[in-house]
Amino acid sequence: MAQHADNAYYVPHATRWPIVGSLGMIIMLASAAYWLNGASAARWSFLLGVAILVFMVFGWFGQVIRESERGVYNEQVDSSFRLGMAWFIFSEIMFFACFFGALFYARALVVPWLGGEGSGAATNEYLWPGYVPHWPTNGPGEVGGDFQTIPAFGIPFVNTLILLTSGVTITLAHHALKAARRTPLILWLAATVLLGLVFVVLQVEEYLEAYQVLGLTLGSGIYGSTFFMLTGFHGLHVSLGAIILLVIMLRSMRGHFTPDSHFAFEAAAWYWHFVDVVWLGLFIFVYVL
Amino acid sequence: MSSIAAHESDALRMPDAQADHKPHGFLDRWLFTTNHKDIGTLYLVFSLLMFLVGGTMALVIRAELFMPGLQLVEPDFFNQMTTMHALIMVFGAVMPAWVGFANWMIPMMIGAPDMALPRMNNWSFWILPFAFAMLLSTLFMDSGGPAAGWTLYPPLSLQTGPSFAFVVFAVHMMGISSIMGSINVIATIMNMRAPGMTLLRMPLFVWTWLITAYLLMAVMPVLAGAVTMLLTDHFFGTSFFNAAGGGDPVMFQHIFWFFGHPEVYIMILPAFGVISEILPTFSRKPLFGYAAMVYATASIAFLSFIVWAHHMFTVGMPLEGELFFMYATMLIAVPTGVKVFNWVSTMWKGAMTFETPMLFALGFVVLFTIGGLSGLMLSIAAADLQYHDTYFVVAHFHYVLVPGSVFALMAGTYYWLPKWTGRMYSERWGKTHFWLSAIFVNVLFFPQHFLGLAGMPRRIPDYSPQFADFNQWSSIGGFLFGATQLIFVGVIVHCVWFSRKPARARVWESARGLEWTVPSPAPYHTFAEPPDIDESMVVHADEVSH
Ligand code: HEM
Ligand SMILES: [Cu+2]
Repeated sequence: MAQHADNAYYVPHATRWPIVGSLGMIIMLASAAYWLNGASAARWSFLLGVAILVFMVFGWFGQVIRESERGVYNEQVDSSFRLGMAWFIFSEIMFFACFFGALFYARALVVPWLGGEGSGAATNEYLWPGYVPHWPTNGPGEVGGDFQTIPAFGIPFVNTLILLTSGVTITLAHHALKAARRTPLILWLAATVLLGLVFVVLQVEEYLEAYQVLGLTLGSGIYGSTFFMLTGFHGLHVSLGAIILLVIMLRSMRGHFTPDSHFAFEAAAWYWHFVDVVWLGLFIFVYVL
Repeated sequence: MSSIAAHESDALRMPDAQADHKPHGFLDRWLFTTNHKDIGTLYLVFSLLMFLVGGTMALVIRAELFMPGLQLVEPDFFNQMTTMHALIMVFGAVMPAWVGFANWMIPMMIGAPDMALPRMNNWSFWILPFAFAMLLSTLFMDSGGPAAGWTLYPPLSLQTGPSFAFVVFAVHMMGISSIMGSINVIATIMNMRAPGMTLLRMPLFVWTWLITAYLLMAVMPVLAGAVTMLLTDHFFGTSFFNAAGGGDPVMFQHIFWFFGHPEVYIMILPAFGVISEILPTFSRKPLFGYAAMVYATASIAFLSFIVWAHHMFTVGMPLEGELFFMYATMLIAVPTGVKVFNWVSTMWKGAMTFETPMLFALGFVVLFTIGGLSGLMLSIAAADLQYHDTYFVVAHFHYVLVPGSVFALMAGTYYWLPKWTGRMYSERWGKTHFWLSAIFVNVLFFPQHFLGLAGMPRRIPDYSPQFADFNQWSSIGGFLFGATQLIFVGVIVHCVWFSRKPARARVWESARGLEWTVPSPAPYHTFAEPPDIDESMVVHADEVSH
């Protein structure tokens, strides 16, 4: 009956990381709520919560990495990780879909209705007389005042090229890994992280311009809301993806991964491609159209 | 036993228990556990606790509504009670209870050593107590808890006081927990089945949970997005739901119900699965139309994504929208009808006996169907203009949720409790529990149909005296139903700690499925190695023989 550890599905015995994570999460979120309610001292406990979460991530992933390097995971465990990552990305896609949905609904239906189209005639007549539907808009109440939009073919276009290029570099890194060529692997990964970094810097640059020059803010009606929430969440995901890739690069430098066993690399690459595709949607629907 | 535990030398290394021994310390056992059975127990206990908390709130509501006029509570507190009752029952009681069942049963039903991602499994659970502690704590804040209804419609919900951010973050936490739980269910079912357990041999409970997990993956992130938009509208000046800024409060309703309608199926699909396990056992016949049941479940899940606006018929949608959502909603009755038909056919000419799980399952089939029929009435857009936001809707969803989801949870508990504990529960008290529940649930909710048809609005602490009689019936039924549930608690306590009647491995003589091949109580680790599957245990009646 005894089976060699290599062949059995690895079921860890007990773990303390999740409860650490829960504590970090509740401290972070409860503090965030107090902070939002005006208790600015709560920002310190908020940071404490974040720190605990970061500690948890390092500890938990570190343990998984050590186990992986020791070879306790068989192929079936690998498949579980693959399924887990794939469905995690799916949930992220649905999160973005929610905000894209808000954008489409507002543009295609709300704004025309406010302007009196279809069943919105009375709304327009009585509540917002004289509002002519247009896009971009901050609504009939001109919430947030005058603003201009970021032209698509400035920074956003450059950023599109950057992300597309990074999609190529990560693939080159993958090929290098499969060919067991360590140096190009590390260099292509470094290039990808760098491109991600440049993207984020340019995005910050764009936000500064929006706030300081164009008058476009989070409060600029529905345009500002959808613009900043979509690009903001995307930017957070790019940052996270870049950090993940950085970790993968450091691990590669330490000699982790083999040509036929490197799921962490692939997971990071999937995540990066997902971030990439979301950006294409953003570029088209937020900036160009 | 196999040495599935690899030895590790991490800083936070755990004392390495032997493979089939439970960890000793209390914290090791419950706080740090990665065992699907322990985590299942945690979910179930947590859910029972939330049932009692949420039930108490319901009794506050029913007490206030016993008579017209304002007697016991302030209107605002009344609204906090309706809001919290629903949030707790949906997210704290019914959903975690199903995850608890999934944890206990899925690995045993498919011959897996555990859930696919055991550490994450622990986290999925241990987020919940914190989330609900935060949610409940809002009741003690200066301006009280949320009072805008569990649907959190703006602009009303945006007027919530300091508790607002806490509620939003609590919902985020519940969402994270659900998403991790569903990832685990999907990975387990897709990746951990024993050889020979093909997809179309899986027990229906496993199938319904797989489809439920897909629904959860698709809609929980959308709910997270919706409450995030509420948060930014409240605190950061966005205009998602503000018409002056070009947004629209109705947009929230669309997003919410895109989550909300699949959500009601998330609460009922695993119930369908449990009923489909129990009826064949006590009819001593295989399930009628197994494959049709699988396809019907999948169709219901698909359709549940395109019917959401039947919650919004009165909100002012274009006519084409009203019609589309009306017909799409009615379409769901078809696969639902297939299910009810197959359940009845399973029992047809069966050698039936009526142990407690069977009684609850039968109660489910009859009473859930009443809820389905009132649902059909509500789906007629023109008629819903009358019914919407009345007690008729309250009656509808309580029929599908209480004698629906909750009865199925109880049926499943009685069915598998001997397997979990290794002891038989008291059949006499189980049956008493059933009959009192079945009677009082109808006293509680049936009069609400009449109240709704007569025009009594929901979420109102006071009402016109003409509604007094039916409300009194309903309140009396409510208190008696609530009291009856204490029997349930008693039966469980008795079974876990006091019962002296051991359970056999195959607790019910004609039960099929892998869980009955292991001893009762199920050993701490089952199927560390995949079992040899005896075909007769898993092949369904309508599988084409090769
Ligand atoms: C034949 C199947 C069903 C149909 C046709 C149906 C139809 C409807 C309709 C049209 C409404 C909106 C009524 C209104 O607000 O005016 C509604 C509300 C509701 N239904 Fe169903 N339903 C069905 C099954 C279910 C099931 C299985 C569940 C849950 C297990 C459920 C739970 C609910 C809930 C919770 C609400 C009210 C939500 C709220 O406003 O707070 N329904 N249903
Ligand atoms: Cu619905």
